[in-house]
Amino acid sequence: MPSVSDVLDSMDYGPSPEQTNHVTDWLALHKDGFGHFIDGAFVASSAKAWISVDNPATGATLGRVPQGTEADVDAAVKAARKAFPAWSKLPGFQRAKHLYALARHIQKRERFFAVLETMDNGKTIRESRDIDVPLVARHFYHHAGWAQLVESEFKGYGPVGVCGQIIPWNFPLLMLAWKIAPALAAGNTVVLKPAEFTPLTALALAEACVEAGLPKGVVNIVTGDGETGAALVKHPDVDKIAFTGSTEVGRIIRQVTAGTGKKLSLELGGKSPFIVFEDADLDAAVEGVVDAVWFNQGQVCCAGTRLLVQEGVAPRFFARLKKRMDTLRVGDPLDKSTDMGPLVAPVQLQRVSGLVKKGESEGATLVQAPCPLPAKGNYFPPSLFLDAEPASTIMQEEIFGPVIAAMTFRTPDEAAAIANHTRYGLAASIWSENLNVALDAAARMKAGVVWINSTNLFDAAAGFGGYKESGFGREGGREGMHEYLVADWLRNLPKAKDAAPSKLSGATSTSSPAEAGGIDRTAKLYIGGKQARPDSGYSCAVTNAKGKVIGQASLGSRKDIRNAVEAAVKASAWSSASAHNRAQVLYFIAENLAARSAEFADRLAQGGATPRTARQEVDAALERIFFYAAHADKYDGRIHSTNSKRQTTLAFNEPYGVMGLVCPDQSPLLAMVSLLMPVLAMGNRAVLVPSAAMPLVATDFYQVLDTSDVPAGAVNIVTGAGDELAKTLAEHDEVAALWYHGTAQGAAMVEKASAGNLKPTWVAGANSVDWSDAGQGQGTEYLRRATQVKNIWIPYGE
Amino acid sequence: MTTNAAPAGHNLPRNPGTALTPEWFETAQVNTSAAERRAATLVTRRSVKKEYQAAWLVKALQCIDLTTLAGDDTAGRVHRLCAKAMRPLRDDIVDKLGLAAHPPTVGAVCVYPAMVPHAVKALRGSGIPVASVATGFPAGLTPLPMRLAEIRWAVDQGAREIDIVIFREQVLTQNWSALYDEVAAMREACGDAHLKAILATGDLKTLRNVYKASMVAMQAGADFIKTSTGKEEVNATLPVSLTMVRAQRDYGELTGHKVGFKPAGGLRTAKDAMNWLILMKEELGRRWLEPDLFRIGASSLLADIERQLEHHVTGRYAALSHHALA
Repeated sequence: MPSVSDVLDSMDYGPSPEQTNHVTDWLALHKDGFGHFIDGAFVASSAKAWISVDNPATGATLGRVPQGTEADVDAAVKAARKAFPAWSKLPGFQRAKHLYALARHIQKRERFFAVLETMDNGKTIRESRDIDVPLVARHFYHHAGWAQLVESEFKGYGPVGVCGQIIPWNFPLLMLAWKIAPALAAGNTVVLKPAEFTPLTALALAEACVEAGLPKGVVNIVTGDGETGAALVKHPDVDKIAFTGSTEVGRIIRQVTAGTGKKLSLELGGKSPFIVFEDADLDAAVEGVVDAVWFNQGQVCCAGTRLLVQEGVAPRFFARLKKRMDTLRVGDPLDKSTDMGPLVAPVQLQRVSGLVKKGESEGATLVQAPCPLPAKGNYFPPSLFLDAEPASTIMQEEIFGPVIAAMTFRTPDEAAAIANHTRYGLAASIWSENLNVALDAAARMKAGVVWINSTNLFDAAAGFGGYKESGFGREGGREGMHEYLVADWLRNLPKAKDAAPSKLSGATSTSSPAEAGGIDRTAKLYIGGKQARPDSGYSCAVTNAKGKVIGQASLGSRKDIRNAVEAAVKASAWSSASAHNRAQVLYFIAENLAARSAEFADRLAQGGATPRTARQEVDAALERIFFYAAHADKYDGRIHSTNSKRQTTLAFNEPYGVMGLVCPDQSPLLAMVSLLMPVLAMGNRAVLVPSAAMPLVATDFYQVLDTSDVPAGAVNIVTGAGDELAKTLAEHDEVAALWYHGTAQGAAMVEKASAGNLKPTWVAGANSVDWSDAGQGQGTEYLRRATQVKNIWIPYGE
Repeated sequence: MTTNAAPAGHNLPRNPGTALTPEWFETAQVNTSAAERRAATLVTRRSVKKEYQAAWLVKALQCIDLTTLAGDDTAGRVHRLCAKAMRPLRDDIVDKLGLAAHPPTVGAVCVYPAMVPHAVKALRGSGIPVASVATGFPAGLTPLPMRLAEIRWAVDQGAREIDIVIFREQVLTQNWSALYDEVAAMREACGDAHLKAILATGDLKTLRNVYKASMVAMQAGADFIKTSTGKEEVNATLPVSLTMVRAQRDYGELTGHKVGFKPAGGLRTAKDAMNWLILMKEELGRRWLEPDLFRIGASSLLADIERQLEHHVTGRYAALSHHALA
């Protein structure tokens, strides 16, 4: 220890280590190995394989946890299933008390959790103490409130059942809270698998569950690696999978769960833009970079890792950023003056080092913080790449380390274009003191979270989750609760049946000649506001209920879907039109349909409807259009009460963009309208595949669209074999969401094929919805599924 | 003296000022929420313990402008304060800190002009400068000739530092040339005495005003910029201080001149002093931890530092009554 006099000269900070004795005592108690937490007790694994848990700062072993087997997972799922009836039927107040007790217990042990998290993960004690653990407690408090209110605030919804939850190693306890708190609040029971690198705080939390008197089996924790996770994903008695982790694994989970009926939410990777406009407070933005990418060693899915700086201020900004790097301190994460600790594991260090080498070899200029690194441990210095290009690997791939790649832009248009030019869409950070610039950029970001003049703000009251290949579903807030609830009408729908897809022949046929006297009609496809012949050059016969041919429909193919999607992509003006304008168009559609109601009733009668039911279907369709026209400017977003003064968090319900709609055979007009109108009302453009049995209803309908000021490309209709076209839609990377009504095997196919760009799909109730029942055929559930929530955080104040 | 620590007194070339250069500040942006976040987390990112903490507290003590600015100040009161300024720590504590060879003193004693002669007399031979507030402190609304005459009088009486107050209206109406001219005239009136420009940031309200006023004061030749008189509703805060030191950094980059910083008002605890030292080190660097570039305007802060230092050397918590009154 230097003398006071020496320090008066150096004015160094000196060491400031956090005490670890309470945690090391606890680890010593478990030195023979931890157990899974199943049915309220810690149990030994059925296998005897262990995973060693190491401190990434020192390499020292902290303990060992069992490698969970299928049998372990099964035991945990059984316990959760057994606990579900009683837990889900508990009055909200009782569940609220349990969640409140958990929040309290976490607060009472806040330092214990913080120190353990730092030792297990390597994040600095400042972060675990000031950010992670307080947010964990906040999440349980907030959701204690939802437990209380879920019955009154989500009428007609109930819990999903047993939820399998798989969390990553970057925020071990916080991700656990994000998963468990809403699940329990909604009345579900859970089996959670923590990451194999960082299972310890989850096990400590399991002890807190016992301490807080949580009923047995409500929370179960099984440790293990990806194989254990796979067993959980595959388990037939799990009703929902919630996963946070890599896009790669998310894709596999989407494929594995396809067709199982499991509800799914995925929070995946990101490569988020961090945009500095010329009128930004540059010092604020420099600190923003520190909080964006040198927070948690950059192991943050929403980290701003693509730094876009307006050209005029770029030299000044980069100079300040480089200077700021001089004072960053990397070292012992338990030291209270450390800014950055080690990466979580040697394998991550290798990955980050490799990508940084690649960045250098591709010609970008590497700047690294000059601070010394400890000789041992998985340390990597804060790193900045200048002169990166959009084509650089480091600008495209998620590095998941303390590395940011920078480039310049000229105009707000260019900034938005670069920012959105990525397969991901998790977050964006925007820096400007000009309200117009900032809000315009925020509106243009294709991302689930946008921070204005701030970054990496989190709160239980606001949803977190991504667009595009960053996943789907939200965690936190009202939107997050929906991930753990299911509408009663959906749960009660009969399961879709396996059925042979209808075979459509393009061959000519003499079986049923047309009656003489009329003028022949050609039903075409409707693409980009124009009637188009099918690329294949084939048509198929359309028959009525008695098997008599009533006309021909085009046999659309994958190329027609391609053309339709292209037209829909171009029709982006529909998404930016005002909600009032969209309502006007919908009303106009109703007006023009009404004028032709007799014609549509006749068409429906051809399909077998009685004249009375045909008229009723047309009337119901008109009412349904009115319903969604009415909602166009009323299905509003929200202002979330996030936990900070002088800050507003605006939750926008944004359209996906291009949506695919595959219609059922029943109620061909009403079902088509019921699917198309909510999608249009919310500002999506649609590629619609009508019922293969009654395609002429849809081809008649495009004449209604043509006369109703629907902009070209906002609605595109491709007739043909439903499942074949559905597959093309599901695989299409420009289609952002897909609703499918068809067979059970078609639903499974759609879900599996959607893994390509991880589009959210809605296949529930395939072919079993009673469209004439407004309780199933219409409602805000459709609007919710036609939108994705973007949360824009706006701190303010002068 | 060792390599990093600056010797007592004024060691640097003075800031000569520049011509009024509005383009250095007119488009300045300060985001209040971001400044608040930085200020709030800055002090949670650094921690100083044990010997280091003791040394840092001694450093804080050496940077104190020990102040009495009350309507009932008397010659006797000023004498007491000066005695404390020269011997701020009990001898046994100084010994145990290993500082007996160079016992620490405070940075300056700060009084009203009429008290300057008493302070000068009491501090004679100590090397501790007397700072005088002037220019119609605290409101600064007396006519300019009188404000300048007040400076000259205080300098004549032996004040080596003059803490002037700016005319707030000139900031609130963005009348930068008027502000520049007045501060420049005050600087001239100071002669060899150092000018510390009090911005009264609690009256300026916005951080952008604070940044701009800081820049104008430095362009007009201020040796120090200072947050507050201690009489505004809100005195020194970390976000305001952050904004001022960033202006100093920018001015330094543009001119090469170093300007000092003095937070005043509301710094009462050892923890407050540590927070501001961390701010200076992180934002401006080690050099700004010496009394020729950093002062803390305070009266009760010293007592808390004494208690903390006593605890450091004895391991026991201290009573206020065991330390001499100022």
